[in-house]
Amino acid sequence: MSPADDRIPVYTSAAPPTSSPDELRARIPGWGVDLDLADRPSHPKEQFIPTGAHWDFPERQSEDRPRERSIEHQMLTPVFGTTAPLHGLSGVIRRFAYARFSEARAAHWLLLMAGDRVEVVESRVQSLAAGRPDNPIIETGVKAEAAHDGYAARRDSNRSDVRHQWLDPIIVGWPWLVAGGIGVIALRALRLRRRRS
Amino acid sequence: MRAMTYRGPYRVQVENKDVPAIEHPNDAIIRVTLAAICGSDLHLYHGMMPDTRVGTTFGHEFIGVVEQVGSSVQNLSPGDRVMVPFNVYCGSCYFCSRGLFSNCHNVNPNATAVGGIYGYSHTCGGYDGGQAEFVRVPFADVGPSVIPDWMGDEDALMCTDALATGYFGAQLGEIVEGDTVVVFGAGPVGLYAAKSAWFMGAGRVIVVDQLEYRLEKARSFAHAETVNFTEFDDVVVHLKRTTDGLGADVVIDAVGAEADGNFIQHVTATKLKLQGGSPVALNWAIDGVRKGGTVSVVGAYGPIFSAVKFGDALNKGLTLRMNQAPVKRQWPRLFEHIRNGHLTPSDIVTHRFPLEDVAEAYHVFSAKLDGCIKPVIVP
Repeated sequence: MSPADDRIPVYTSAAPPTSSPDELRARIPGWGVDLDLADRPSHPKEQFIPTGAHWDFPERQSEDRPRERSIEHQMLTPVFGTTAPLHGLSGVIRRFAYARFSEARAAHWLLLMAGDRVEVVESRVQSLAAGRPDNPIIETGVKAEAAHDGYAARRDSNRSDVRHQWLDPIIVGWPWLVAGGIGVIALRALRLRRRRS
Repeated sequence: MRAMTYRGPYRVQVENKDVPAIEHPNDAIIRVTLAAICGSDLHLYHGMMPDTRVGTTFGHEFIGVVEQVGSSVQNLSPGDRVMVPFNVYCGSCYFCSRGLFSNCHNVNPNATAVGGIYGYSHTCGGYDGGQAEFVRVPFADVGPSVIPDWMGDEDALMCTDALATGYFGAQLGEIVEGDTVVVFGAGPVGLYAAKSAWFMGAGRVIVVDQLEYRLEKARSFAHAETVNFTEFDDVVVHLKRTTDGLGADVVIDAVGAEADGNFIQHVTATKLKLQGGSPVALNWAIDGVRKGGTVSVVGAYGPIFSAVKFGDALNKGLTLRMNQAPVKRQWPRLFEHIRNGHLTPSDIVTHRFPLEDVAEAYHVFSAKLDGCIKPVIVP
């Protein structure tokens, strides 16, 4: 090993070589234009910037129906979203998650996730009862597989997502599987009751 | 109006919804002219974000025309062509008054750990998003800006999140001249982060992904070296070798919750929802950066725990920096870069779908079909 080879980065103070600023400036549009930290817009991290707010505390949006909130908030925020208010069993679960557990507790988030899954089943049943059953072909957009050459996108590819795509139909279809299972159990129970009577 | 609505994991459709109303004196109603699907919308689409309710309209990247304003709005008028940052924020709370617009305390009753975001679940405030014909925009005097006359619609649309977030990711890395910067993820945010790293004086920029068509974009758009992690048994070892054993000075995680490359991490997070996000890219970042280096995280993660290799971060003396981008703080400088020709944000837009085809748009983007990098929705 020659003396020059002894200067291995990491094991000595040498740093790996990179291109010169002049070479980079010539090759890459805008190279170095924000070298100065003062030119970078969110530096320093905390500073006052005029926002256009002409209030110290905003006027309050009216709370037309009870609005759930994190118990870490001391009050309902002055402005909030009003889409998709709580309803049904999923609403009971979510309301409990907000009322009982702070954001620091896993139970808070896991209950909210449970509420999400329950609401999917609720919405399937509701749309079925309303005579407008969900159409999985339309809602999953799976027709795009043909129009946008889904086979070619995965063929001859090392994409690691291809290895677990078989799980996706289960994630999409499990509410139907659960609903079907409940239906089968209910039918069996009905038959048993008729036979006994 | 017609609006995209969530029906459950992997399922969306277009429905008729009521046109949003003014609910606060500083609200505006915007007629959406363009919206985009963000990579983080896929976390919602895949059912990973707690309290994502059926019937919600997604979409935190949108531009449009002011249709109606509330009684206290002073800075906007009907007919104005506006771009809207993805952050909903009041402009006056403790955090907003210190420039932390993405951490506003006055707009999200559902959580204190995150501010408000359009169309991003009730965990982010329960606001409908812009993948619709109309959208309610709170604090119209604070968030939206009139789009400069010289700026194209798709360039403005990219500024509402992806470009601002990508630039912010590079900025969080505190890059100094000559730094080697590794960017995990060659999606829109990663591409913009790689491009922005050069502005800040990087000496090398290396982009890591698994999709060859996106790596090609990283080479052409962001002038970056590229690494396809599927070609290596251990991408961290490869990154160490390519940096003379040192590791990168700065690593940017522009992947977030759905990172792939480790079956157990990916499936437990994205399929079984047992983690807030799959920290594959984050762990690679922690292990691939040099000791004393900086890891910048702008990929989105959910609020549930994730299996992050924190011990390595501690023992290596890393600086970990992260946040949702305070978008409007980024705009003036980004506008200069666009106007000076340093970048054209719309170069990464690959697909344009009518709103009625939104389910197919989500599928194409989610399944990475047809060379899709950035899909735009046209209401």
